[in-house]
Amino acid sequence: MRRLILVLALLASPAFAVQPDEVLPDPVLEARARTISENLRCPVCQGESIDDSNAPISRSLRLAVRERLVAGDSDAEVMEYIVARYGEFVLFRPRASGSGLVLWLAGPAMLVLGGGIAFAMARRRAKAPEAEGLSAEDRARLEALLKE
Amino acid sequence: MIAELGHFALVLAFGVALLQAVLPIWGAARGDRRLMALADPAAMVQFLLIAAAFAALTHAFVTSDFSLSLVVGNSHTDKPLIYKIAGVWGNHEGSLLLWVLALSGFGASAVWFGGNLPVTLKARVLGVQGMIGVAFLAFLLFTSNPFLRLAQPPMNGRDLNPLLQDPGLAFHPPFLYLGYVGLSMSFSFAVAALIEGRIDAAWARWVRPWTLAAWIFLTIGITLGSWWAYYELGWGGFWFWDPVENASFMPWLISAALLHSAIVVEKRESLRAWTILLAILAFGFSLIGTFLVRSGVITSVHAFANDPERGVFILLILGFFMGGALMLFALRAGALEARGAFAMLSRESALVANNLLLAVAAFVVFIGTIWPLVAELLWGRVLSVGAPFFDAAFTPFMVGLALILPVGAMLPWKRADLRATVRRLLPALLLALALGALAYAVQSGRSALGPVGLALGAWLVAGTLTDLALRCGRGSLGERLSRLSRLPRADWGKATAHAGLGITIFAVAAMMAWATEDIRVLRPGESFALGPYEITLREVHKESGPNYETSLAEMAVTKAGAAVTTLYPEKRFYPVAQMPTTEAAIDYGLFRDLYLVIGDPQEGGGYAVRSYIKPFANWLWGGALMMALGGMLSLSDRRYRVAAGARRAAPQPAE
Repeated sequence: MRRLILVLALLASPAFAVQPDEVLPDPVLEARARTISENLRCPVCQGESIDDSNAPISRSLRLAVRERLVAGDSDAEVMEYIVARYGEFVLFRPRASGSGLVLWLAGPAMLVLGGGIAFAMARRRAKAPEAEGLSAEDRARLEALLKE
Repeated sequence: MIAELGHFALVLAFGVALLQAVLPIWGAARGDRRLMALADPAAMVQFLLIAAAFAALTHAFVTSDFSLSLVVGNSHTDKPLIYKIAGVWGNHEGSLLLWVLALSGFGASAVWFGGNLPVTLKARVLGVQGMIGVAFLAFLLFTSNPFLRLAQPPMNGRDLNPLLQDPGLAFHPPFLYLGYVGLSMSFSFAVAALIEGRIDAAWARWVRPWTLAAWIFLTIGITLGSWWAYYELGWGGFWFWDPVENASFMPWLISAALLHSAIVVEKRESLRAWTILLAILAFGFSLIGTFLVRSGVITSVHAFANDPERGVFILLILGFFMGGALMLFALRAGALEARGAFAMLSRESALVANNLLLAVAAFVVFIGTIWPLVAELLWGRVLSVGAPFFDAAFTPFMVGLALILPVGAMLPWKRADLRATVRRLLPALLLALALGALAYAVQSGRSALGPVGLALGAWLVAGTLTDLALRCGRGSLGERLSRLSRLPRADWGKATAHAGLGITIFAVAAMMAWATEDIRVLRPGESFALGPYEITLREVHKESGPNYETSLAEMAVTKAGAAVTTLYPEKRFYPVAQMPTTEAAIDYGLFRDLYLVIGDPQEGGGYAVRSYIKPFANWLWGGALMMALGGMLSLSDRRYRVAAGARRAAPQPAE
């Protein structure tokens, strides 16, 4: 994780992401803008949302998001607007459609599969005889040890 | 000269590791005690040689020996001593040297603590450990030699990345590495047991302390990294689901599962094959993490090394050890007949559910981390997977885990009566629901995240306390307390770790749901209200540090007219590295952190100022450290001291 940081270094430079002059006067709209920004990836940084990034392009994207919101777009329409221009790369939360379904369903599918296997094993296990005393293998070992 | 000696020691260590990898295992197969006995001195000598190499590199950093290219790239004469030392592992080559140092250190401690291991098992464990040593020493020597000299040394170095010049980060990598590499011991024990063909309660008792130790180190390492990100990066975030963070989180999840399944093997000799598989996978995820980080295959803000040669080498190491171990597993696991019957409702089943949820959670993190790579390779689609995905896809499994934990922790072994257990937990459940409902009512209109986190956290803590209270039995207060004080350390460890998890879950939810943020332009002399506080920017002036320039702001905080504190957020500039950093000023509190950041001067005067109230921030690190403390308590349990250290001949009574 540390090397990690080298990391952030490149980007994290000065502290500021959202600048005071970007903030919308309407707190409700501003809150929506922030939520949308957290879900959009800065196209030139690595792994930062436009909300956290200091890159100039992130600033333009933040301003674009706010412009669309002020113009009356819904959150989904704003997302569409940005994705149409910058591609699905900027979506931090891949769409759950097409091959994206594999990503979203992988966890639940594994839970169902693993749960099914565990359940089947447990049923068998519940009927398995309790190991009493020494197994044949253990007995052989004990004899070998006693002979030494 | 000292650098050459260090290099030479590494080459010797490689030779010793080769002997350690081959002779003891061969000896164990032939029943040759002399060959098996070679494992102990080989592991010790390998460790001493690598320690000597590490000391040589540290010497080069401390004395600023700029004839070494690594020192030039990562150090500077003006840098404080502690960061000269931390610079040793603040780069690819040095961090790998630390990796093999930790690896050989674990091998040497297996010799140290393993006096009562069966001779063949010990020879095989150390042999496998030797193989891992060979692989990584070869990687170090052939692709990442830290001792390369420069023909024309410069007058001074290029300095360590300023963000790495921080106490939290100086100690974060060593802990993380001890954790990553500690899992190699679990792996070696698993492979040795497969070769041996014997997996029983005694084996689980030997392997569990190593897994616990690795897990404790990982917990502390991850916590330090998260805490560092919180105070250093300037926006109070504590977890970013970055591939490099995920690389440390996956082995943590799997080793947590392994800890729990090893208990079942130890107490009931059930789940043996599954436990072996987890031990193999835990180290596999460590190697995958190393691969992701070191190869730069996943473009992460973190990945420095963008060198395909190194990536391919690690992939070969990964393929060899995972392929080999899994093949051995496939050949041998079938022979492990099921032992230890248990009913559908029992402690065993609860631990199976715990393992399932932790393993699925690790799998979700894994697939999310590699998905961009998969999508690009298969469909040529360039896409991103970030925090919003992980928040949505990972969290439900943790919620499920937290829901079943208090019940599972109290179920009896073999056969349980669920209703009786739930009845005992009813007060804890009602308390949790009431607290959640109260929080929901008070916060009016915000997301359900906060109340749900509070209810889950309270459920875990209250459930743990219920368990402890019931362990005291009935009788006078004195009798109960004396019973409580006689509980085995492992039980205290379990209670502490589980309560720590509850506190961590609550703090994560609280910080995400209830933080207050303010962004504005402030001129010196102006003030503004943040929650119940009034914050005034008194002045901003310039100062010089040892290797940086800084703009230091003085900000006074008052509450209802009474002074609370004065904070000094900074904006630094490191001229050698040409990099600015922010130093947030934080007033740490029991219930909230006050977090102030000063930004750039604005056109028209004034400074950009960002301020936050972060509720319960300290509970996050506190809860995580409680988990680590629980691990330590468990590790200090008498049965492991008896099992691991005792050379006394007298048999110990069963507990």
